[in-house]
Amino acid sequence: MNDRVRILREASLAAVPEISSERAVILTEFYSGIDLENLPIPVQRAMAFKYLMGNRSVYIGTGELIVGEKGPVPKAVPTYPELCCHTLEDLRLLDSREKTPFSVSEEVIEVYRDKIIPFWQGKTMRDFIFDSMEKRWLDAYGAGVFTEFMEQRSPGHTVLDDKIYGNGFMSFISTAETGLAGETDPNKQAELRAMIISMKALIRFAERHAEQAQELSLTETDPDLKNELLQIAEICSRVPRHAPSTFREALQYYWFVHLGVTTELNPWDAFCPGKLDQHLYPFYRREIDSGQLTREEAEELLHCFWIKFNNQPAPPKVGVTAAESSTYTDFAQINLGGVKPDGTDGVNELTYLLLDVIQDMRLLQPSSSVQVSRENPDEYILRAAEIIKTGFGQPSVFNTEMIIKELLRQGKTLADARCGGTSGCVETGAFGKENYCLTGYFNLTKILELTLDNGYDFRTDKQLGPVSGKAEDLETFKGLFEAFREQLEYFTDLKIEGNRRIERLYAEKLPVPFLSVLIDDCIEKGIDYHSGGARYDTSYIQGVGLGTVTDSLSSIKTHVFDKSALSMKELSIILHRNFDNPEDERIRQLFMNRTPAYGNDDDSADSIMVDVFNSFFNAVDGIKNTRGGEYRINMLPTTCHVYFGSVIGATADGRFAGKPLSEGISPVQGRDRKGPTAVLLSAAKMDHSLTGGTLLNQRFTPQILADKSGLKKLVHLIRGYFRLGGHHIQFNVVDSETLREAQKFPENHRDLIVRVAGYSDYFCDLSPDLQEEIISRTAHASML
Amino acid sequence: MSKGIIFDVKRFSIHDGPGIRTTFFLKGCPLSCVWCQNPESISEGAQIVFHPSRCIDCGACLEACPGGKLDTTECIRCGACVDVCCTTAREVLGKMLSPGQVMNSILRDRVFFEESGGGVTFSGGEPMKQIDFLKDILHLCKESKIRTAVDTCGYASWESFDKTLENTDLFLYDVKHLDSDIHERFTGVGNKLILENLIKLAESGATIILRIPLVGGFNDNRDFFLRATEFVNELPRYQAVDILACHDFARGKYRMLNRELCCTIPEDGKLEEFKQILSSAGIYGSEEI
Repeated sequence: MNDRVRILREASLAAVPEISSERAVILTEFYSGIDLENLPIPVQRAMAFKYLMGNRSVYIGTGELIVGEKGPVPKAVPTYPELCCHTLEDLRLLDSREKTPFSVSEEVIEVYRDKIIPFWQGKTMRDFIFDSMEKRWLDAYGAGVFTEFMEQRSPGHTVLDDKIYGNGFMSFISTAETGLAGETDPNKQAELRAMIISMKALIRFAERHAEQAQELSLTETDPDLKNELLQIAEICSRVPRHAPSTFREALQYYWFVHLGVTTELNPWDAFCPGKLDQHLYPFYRREIDSGQLTREEAEELLHCFWIKFNNQPAPPKVGVTAAESSTYTDFAQINLGGVKPDGTDGVNELTYLLLDVIQDMRLLQPSSSVQVSRENPDEYILRAAEIIKTGFGQPSVFNTEMIIKELLRQGKTLADARCGGTSGCVETGAFGKENYCLTGYFNLTKILELTLDNGYDFRTDKQLGPVSGKAEDLETFKGLFEAFREQLEYFTDLKIEGNRRIERLYAEKLPVPFLSVLIDDCIEKGIDYHSGGARYDTSYIQGVGLGTVTDSLSSIKTHVFDKSALSMKELSIILHRNFDNPEDERIRQLFMNRTPAYGNDDDSADSIMVDVFNSFFNAVDGIKNTRGGEYRINMLPTTCHVYFGSVIGATADGRFAGKPLSEGISPVQGRDRKGPTAVLLSAAKMDHSLTGGTLLNQRFTPQILADKSGLKKLVHLIRGYFRLGGHHIQFNVVDSETLREAQKFPENHRDLIVRVAGYSDYFCDLSPDLQEEIISRTAHASML
Repeated sequence: MSKGIIFDVKRFSIHDGPGIRTTFFLKGCPLSCVWCQNPESISEGAQIVFHPSRCIDCGACLEACPGGKLDTTECIRCGACVDVCCTTAREVLGKMLSPGQVMNSILRDRVFFEESGGGVTFSGGEPMKQIDFLKDILHLCKESKIRTAVDTCGYASWESFDKTLENTDLFLYDVKHLDSDIHERFTGVGNKLILENLIKLAESGATIILRIPLVGGFNDNRDFFLRATEFVNELPRYQAVDILACHDFARGKYRMLNRELCCTIPEDGKLEEFKQILSSAGIYGSEEI
């Protein structure tokens, strides 16, 4: 890391996240200033985007090589009142909360009070969504049966392919203009016009950077800096108008696109360049070979690029949802490795350089992952393992063959599948060609609680689900499981019904013409990303609590139905009183210690897991969404297993009321006792190819990976899991003592980064519940 | 077919031979080393052990004990207390398993063995004490193309070794001391048979990794290592020599068995010093080759 990078990196780390009202003010000005009534909505949105990009501030920091910020300065976060409008209470909470705070100035509070809130109140997407939902949806949502992603951020999760590296926006504009010329459908005409306006708006935004750099150069006295500003001016007047001609232009081009997507709206997981090693390699190779670029220069540019991501904390949520996922991470996940479009080894020299960058930068953002294919050399995985060993949870590891299999099952072509990868936490998609949208978490364990209580939720005092039978009337395990399935299907149907309304609201009210330009085949079809323009379209529901629900069912099967140690009625009483009687502890211990548990390669527990998984799959997979695509399942929790646990009473796996659930497809914390191979074998018993991503966390003590031989074993473990059909695995390499120490003395451990779910976060920023949850995950040590 | 008595199984065992392995610990040992890390392995029969830290005092074991002889010398090891224990504070150490049952368990991790060049290791106790079972299970492993290792103290008849030669890919062979008197004082037996077997084994063409447990006050001195260097260099064949520093992780196990661990951890730096002595004589550890 050279001095320039060190200064920029330190500035990024030191900058305090703050709320910027700039975007909200400009947007409000736009909507209140002109008469839009006769304009089609996509055109309105494109004009709003143009107004934003033309009027928002332009930031060029001293020494920067890649320029452009989402807010007026690094770590200043814009807001999106058309999606959800922060209240004054929200803003004060953000300013004062202990974990992941955002500084909010009095000016912001004032402008929100005087302009933003009065204009947007009742007119936000969040308002529209909640207004259009049925009471039974609202009740289930309020009880924590499922969450809803789109009430705070817009459909996203999507990733760019290589299309921008060979084409400038002028060429996309010309495609859209040709389409427009031959188009007779007024809706498509409007959408194409909107796309053209949006593209021109981004070109203008880049030019404003060129102008600013030019202007700064006039007063710059340091000849080196002056020269650098002139270079920036030159680059920003070329991209994104034209295709990039150098490695550096390619990075700058992507970055402008990234800012465009994340300013137009606030899509989930920001946006991501995807397989950066493969996309940039042709530029890298050509310039290194011709002597135009050195490895050090390329590395410096990548460092600057990395810092840009870190400068953009995730826009904070509003209302109670803030508790559900609070983090500065915006989930952009850069993919490395995997295969090339022809199926051969995709690892190249740049892959290794990027791995060096990940290790040197050690930043929260961007997140990074390695795709591991049978075609990739062990050396590459070993290099990734060396970084994993340093214990900041990056990169996470994905199975290329499984990603391809998942995409093929969903009907993608082999070529599109090979160019696909993962984004966000673990979500599979066809990069640059798919709208794959995560719609919310689904509380599988809550379904079991509702089953045992005959569809009634005692926490909210409401009959939420169907009457499927009282616990004491369930005479067999099969009968219990049937009732569970009935409840499950009722609530997945309810969730999907709500989703469809939301899909239509986005299509109607918040089209995204700029994002649409970037995803095939929106331009060709003249249809917006939110209306089915993408070549592929998938909606996901993410199952949470698989380990807890499996172990609970296993407990009931073993102790109620097989051994008759207690009756269903007794079980129900004990769970309702949260194991509170002195004699309950013995039962709780039995549940925890004398029950086949998921994660131990024990077929009797694992077969229950597979039954739950298949029931969830069958309830969701293949149902149509309103964009011509289909519903599928994912198995990942982010931090929702903590929230979902908080709305459930005691469970039959011995868990006390309110405690976190198991996360992802990992076993219940501490319940896996046969070592990592047994965990992997258990986890591989579900068919991962039926999902769009599963998330498995493993914790290792640092000692086990201390030497090269230990690292090789990690590589073999990964290879083994992937041969068994696993989708993803990630590692926390940190011992419990360190984590306990950090809880006690957070001030000394501010930099401790741990793997949470599909992302890493600062340990000290996590809620106490989540900190405990991570400590309680089984750490695999080894026999000495 | 024979049955084995096994007191522990460790999957993802990564220090008992190459790759990722499953290690089976067979009960019964002819030695009684003062530093033994698996004291529960020495006696041949099943034992009932008690982990006080896990116990919640529910009293179920007292109720279940048929003769009211819980934890006395009159315990008949019927296991009734273990069956009712809700926390696993009471456990039976030593399970009778057929080679077929053991094989089923081994095969579960096959994918990981194949990816890593690993396999199964039979340790103990002293696996040669259960030679009929060992021979049968090694044979089954070979049939299933699972790579095998036997971790031995060497104190067994040559006939026993002879029965394992065909189906053992690797011997992990302990050399504790070269002075027979000292050896006897600390382990209960002299080293004559052990060293004779080692030479015969090396002559037979077997693949051997020698393992030297480094124990404070026993063999943590230069003289021993210089002698060991000579001894090793005269062996007709060996693959590597690993020094394993003695530790006191087993203290809890001793407490569980109502005994006291008398092992001395070698001083810091000794391990590196002795590794250096070996490597300067061209003798390397298995991770270095």
